[in-house]
Amino acid sequence: MQNSDEKGFAKNLRRLLDSLLVPVLAILTAVILGGLIIKVVGGDPIAAYKGLIQGSFGSPKALSETAVWATPYIFAGLAVAVAFKGGLFNIGAEGQLALGAVTAALIGYALPTWLHADIPAYIHIPLAVGLGMLAGAIWAAIPGALKAYTGGHEVINTIMMNYIALNITSYLLNGPMRDPDPLNLSARTPEIAVSARIPPIFNNPLLRVHWGFVLALIVAVIIWWLLWKTTLGFEIRTVGANPDAAKYAGINVKRTIIITMAISGALAGLAGAIEVTALNYRHELGFSIGYGFDAIAIALLGKTNPFGVILAAILFGAMRNGATRMQFLTQIPVDIISVIQALILLFVAADAIIRFIYHIRTREDRVVLTRGWGG
Amino acid sequence: MDWRRFAVIALVIIIMFGTVVLVGIAHDSPLVIITSMLATTIAVATPLTLGALSGIYCERAGVVNIGIEGMMLGAAFFGWLASIYMNTIFHFPAMVSLLVGVIVAILTGGLFALLHAVLSITFKVDQIIGGTVINILATGITGFLNRQMFFGAGSVFGGQVPHSPGVLPRIHIPLLADIPVIGRIFEQQPIALTALALVIITHFILFYTRWGLRTRAVGEHPRAADTVGINVIRMRYMNVIIGGFMAGLGGGYFTLESISSFEPLMTNGRGFIALAAMIFGNWTPFGAWAAALVFGAAQALQINLQFFRTSIPPQLAFLQNSYVVGLAPYILTMLILTGLIGKTIPPAADGKAYEK
Repeated sequence: MQNSDEKGFAKNLRRLLDSLLVPVLAILTAVILGGLIIKVVGGDPIAAYKGLIQGSFGSPKALSETAVWATPYIFAGLAVAVAFKGGLFNIGAEGQLALGAVTAALIGYALPTWLHADIPAYIHIPLAVGLGMLAGAIWAAIPGALKAYTGGHEVINTIMMNYIALNITSYLLNGPMRDPDPLNLSARTPEIAVSARIPPIFNNPLLRVHWGFVLALIVAVIIWWLLWKTTLGFEIRTVGANPDAAKYAGINVKRTIIITMAISGALAGLAGAIEVTALNYRHELGFSIGYGFDAIAIALLGKTNPFGVILAAILFGAMRNGATRMQFLTQIPVDIISVIQALILLFVAADAIIRFIYHIRTREDRVVLTRGWGG
Repeated sequence: MDWRRFAVIALVIIIMFGTVVLVGIAHDSPLVIITSMLATTIAVATPLTLGALSGIYCERAGVVNIGIEGMMLGAAFFGWLASIYMNTIFHFPAMVSLLVGVIVAILTGGLFALLHAVLSITFKVDQIIGGTVINILATGITGFLNRQMFFGAGSVFGGQVPHSPGVLPRIHIPLLADIPVIGRIFEQQPIALTALALVIITHFILFYTRWGLRTRAVGEHPRAADTVGINVIRMRYMNVIIGGFMAGLGGGYFTLESISSFEPLMTNGRGFIALAAMIFGNWTPFGAWAAALVFGAAQALQINLQFFRTSIPPQLAFLQNSYVVGLAPYILTMLILTGLIGKTIPPAADGKAYEK
């Protein structure tokens, strides 16, 4: 009995190491290639990476900023991961995030005026964040419903919804929601009321890390519980693995697709709402360019597992955060980070390449992520 | 592509043109407005047509390509970079520089396509993920090099964007362009004219040549194709790379024919709209071209309504808002994809890696 337990433990450990091996090698390979690119354009890769690590983990302030960067990445990465689990590819996290942010900002600054009263924080914060989530959920549920009922592919529809969301936020931030302060020159909302602000963890203006980061960790656990410990989670995973089998098993596939997209969008909306209520205290145009694509890379790097997503999000957050210091020290543009991240995504998605380079045996169980146009 | 679809397209375009004519009648004669709108429509449709042709080559051979956006962005950047290098560093005349730029753009598209082919055909990576990798990679590389080349340490051009060799000139087609007023429609730039030619050529290749028959066989039923001796892997590689050349030419349009500068993310979703055009056109060149014209017309509508905004009647005040009118192409794409205008049928083996 004990023996078999030990065997099971050893087997689990080996499986864990095996599942970590490819992502780690993928990151390593991408970093080496990124270094080569830096070398080719005339930079010093060692100095660049030193600056990168210094800027992301070198001091309490650096660590705090890495957590600040990682927070929206965790939420958005979870959003894409949940959709993947349901066999759906949500490229629309960007737009869902923007609408979540706009909604949270609107509730944050306008609600006290509408009600002609101060609102206690324990009502104002959940309301702003909750409605932000709802906005994201609705924005994602639309392509979900189109997929379920007409077969319109979610990849293109979520991208189109991104552009529509971008136009809507541009309109709102330049028009009705624009900060009326005469000194304001940018497309941004007024500051949200103090009662709608999520406080920072430390009482130190240098350490901006806020309770949103803790919330992100908790939400990751909730998502793990939802996916593996509830009936809904089972339905989502079954529809993702094999919609035909799910249908024969009596699962309402159409409904599950819409719910999956709604949960995914709610998480992306949460990312935006937290950025507004815990960090920026307003929404400004163009603050979220690229979160959507980064979220895809994070979900894939984390193997669509909520805990993997946390690790991947912290890695990406650290890179984005450290890049500023790297650029300051070595004049290598921060955009090199995007190249390295794309390479990581490339090697994680095409793990066959990594297995080919490092002569690693191919695993039998391949995860099916998407299914072409047919769906 | 059935006649009903073309009828719907014609109707949509007529409605858009009609709106602008009604609004602008106080400023210009309908003929002038329609001619100018047609010129804009064809110009805007150019990268969409080429992007859709790229998708057609790939998907007819059974490889889904959502990396068209990235291929176009990469081609736009490297084509532009090549033309500037030729012009400012090697002092070649503007026309030669631009032509080199076009060639480099085409090759860049081909190179990205080669990567897509290696990923999706050889390594059997999920093709949607492979396309996304290309999109993110292109965004990163162009953003990085754009900043590094012009503003970074040791930048070749001394820290500022150099004078570019301009854009490809309009071609004056002798008889057609001499027609008064409407002659303007035919006075297009070379990539736009090439795109029109490629629509016809692709139609011919796909449906009237052995190559086209084999391509379609590989995309519909690779095993059957394999059985009769067609090299499935080779056909797929070749078609994906040809598709990359198309996307590359489409990318060149942005920086060598439309405007003479590069901006990060300048393709702005055109690659995805091209995909929608391809689907709407039911994976046929003429159908995709017609759909591209609809998006071109939507853009022409937006530009011209801005131009005539003072004459927009108060009942239609929402048309004055550029953000509202700017939504047209995206909503149009979604309506098309939801099958409002009939079901579309992709090639049977589209998106599936071939395993022997």
